Amino acid sequence: MERSTSSFRRATLRSRFQMDRKARNIDVIIIGAGHAGLAMSARLSSAQVEHVVLEAGDIGQRWRRERWDSLSLLTPNWTLDLPEQSYAGQHPDGYMHKDELADHLEGYAKHIRAPVKRDTRVHRVGAAGERYCVTTTQGEWFCRAVVLATGAYAEAKVPKIAESLPASVSQVTARDYRRAEDLPAGKVLVVGGSATGLQIAQELNAAGREVILAVGEHVRMPRQIAERDVYWWLMKSGVFWETTAQMDDLNRARRVPSPQLVGQPGRDLNLNQLQDQGIEIVGRFAGICNSTAQFSGNLPHLCKSADLKMHRLLQRFAQSAPDILDPAALEFSPTQLARSRLAVKLDDEINVVLWATGFKPDYSWLDLDVFDGKGNLQHDGGVVCAPGIYALGLPLMRRRASTFIAGTAGDTQALVQHLHRHLDTKAHRIAVGGG
Amino acid sequence: METNTAANETVDNGVNVEALLEAREALTEAPAAAQFTWRATSDWVSGTHTRSSVKGFRGLGENHTHRTEFTFDSDHPEVFASEDIGATPVEYVLVGLAGCLTAGIASVAQNRSIQLHKVTATLEGKMDLYGILGIDSDVRNGFDDVTVRFDIDADASPEEIEALVAQSQKRSAVFDIITNPTQVTVQVGG
Repeated sequence: MERSTSSFRRATLRSRFQMDRKARNIDVIIIGAGHAGLAMSARLSSAQVEHVVLEAGDIGQRWRRERWDSLSLLTPNWTLDLPEQSYAGQHPDGYMHKDELADHLEGYAKHIRAPVKRDTRVHRVGAAGERYCVTTTQGEWFCRAVVLATGAYAEAKVPKIAESLPASVSQVTARDYRRAEDLPAGKVLVVGGSATGLQIAQELNAAGREVILAVGEHVRMPRQIAERDVYWWLMKSGVFWETTAQMDDLNRARRVPSPQLVGQPGRDLNLNQLQDQGIEIVGRFAGICNSTAQFSGNLPHLCKSADLKMHRLLQRFAQSAPDILDPAALEFSPTQLARSRLAVKLDDEINVVLWATGFKPDYSWLDLDVFDGKGNLQHDGGVVCAPGIYALGLPLMRRRASTFIAGTAGDTQALVQHLHRHLDTKAHRIAVGGG
Repeated sequence: METNTAANETVDNGVNVEALLEAREALTEAPAAAQFTWRATSDWVSGTHTRSSVKGFRGLGENHTHRTEFTFDSDHPEVFASEDIGATPVEYVLVGLAGCLTAGIASVAQNRSIQLHKVTATLEGKMDLYGILGIDSDVRNGFDDVTVRFDIDADASPEEIEALVAQSQKRSAVFDIITNPTQVTVQVGG
């Protein structure tokens, strides 16, 4: 008796051990516990689909650990509704600080009882017959569907020109930048004309740094129109809900940089303002020749284009609510920059280059034939071209809204239906095959 | 809607937009065919007078020739003690910019169903001769300012016309060549 009990115990322990160390089976694996991964988890839980959320670090960690200290969301809190949880805080018109958002997501994960495995970094996702094998720092999983929810902002995008900068010039990406005092000493060239570049340029200038800001194609947007946030207008006018099918040129639309905004009530962020604060604005960083940085001469054209596009957008807003929007509210001062310099000596005038040239996803662990010639994930509205693989949280994935937390509810709802059909079909096929 | 459609059908700027859009689609699938090489040759005549010609170019995976060979005389004006047999080379740069932007305007207008009646461009390139004469090393040789003014008569609102002009700059090769640095290699034949 004694002997058989202990051998039974040993066997149980061994099998538990093997369960942990070796392969586990599950229907769906969600990779990434950010807003998108958690929202998908909420959808799967209510559909009673067995799943797990694998998180390389902690919930919402890009926000907590991979962004600069002063960052707040560009979208107001009232837009942050997620499946099973509407925003219920005290400041619907406020803009959450990035750490608050990470806390908010922690709370959401608790609320929906998301099965999150923390500190579980995925090394590889590969095909394994009809299933997928997910290799992680905590062992292997087999599943029938994978949801890629690691986001579009995993890594800093840095242009090739960075390789030509002399070693005497320090380089920092917006992903690694935290605060002005940590930046190497000297004069800074901030490269990038979207929210990131403008916010950081302004912050460095306020900290007493000499700043040159290089601006290429950019999107100008007022924070508020007629005392309502621009996102209220984007939704009201329907622009926010436009689908990918409504885009003339989807690839181009997906490349449009994020608008020049800062998450503070009523505060605008634009080039006129930055120039007035003493930031020198130059054109796109186009080349390096004889230790001199060269900037494009097309800045007046790009500023004019941005003003024209903003004006067109404001007209759409006005058409959507003629009762609210006084045409006078549509007036804004055109972008009027001083004649920009085309060449600036490196080392003399530029000691640090801060790349605010965008972010890109990291799918280096995705070992499937799902990328186009340029290495972009191929998907149709988040349905990736390998059966059972889904993406979430990508810019303009299904609608303009997909770029924002506000689009997550709709996107996960659409994808969970597709995923459900995938699981059903496969179950059916396996059953038939087995019979 | 019907009147719009009727209006669209009558818009004719002489640009075959369908062919351009088809080419765009076809080239998206065939990146190698999109690699073009433009060519020119020139011969010195005498003094500052040079005659250049343009005949062949490469693209869509093969060599092409223009319907006829185009020749261009370039020279310097009499105030430079030259014969003034042709436009100065820098004026050809303005000519290239005008031609490129205007072609863009016509194409974009056709695509947006805007009938053009008259498109006039007036270009100026400002230059300080201290550069090319080597008097002041801080002065560049080339233009330090180029301005283009478009006067356009079209069946469109002022804002639509502004947008046309903006889009033509966005897609203009010569505008890009002038506003951005370009790698240039000059060799001497053996």
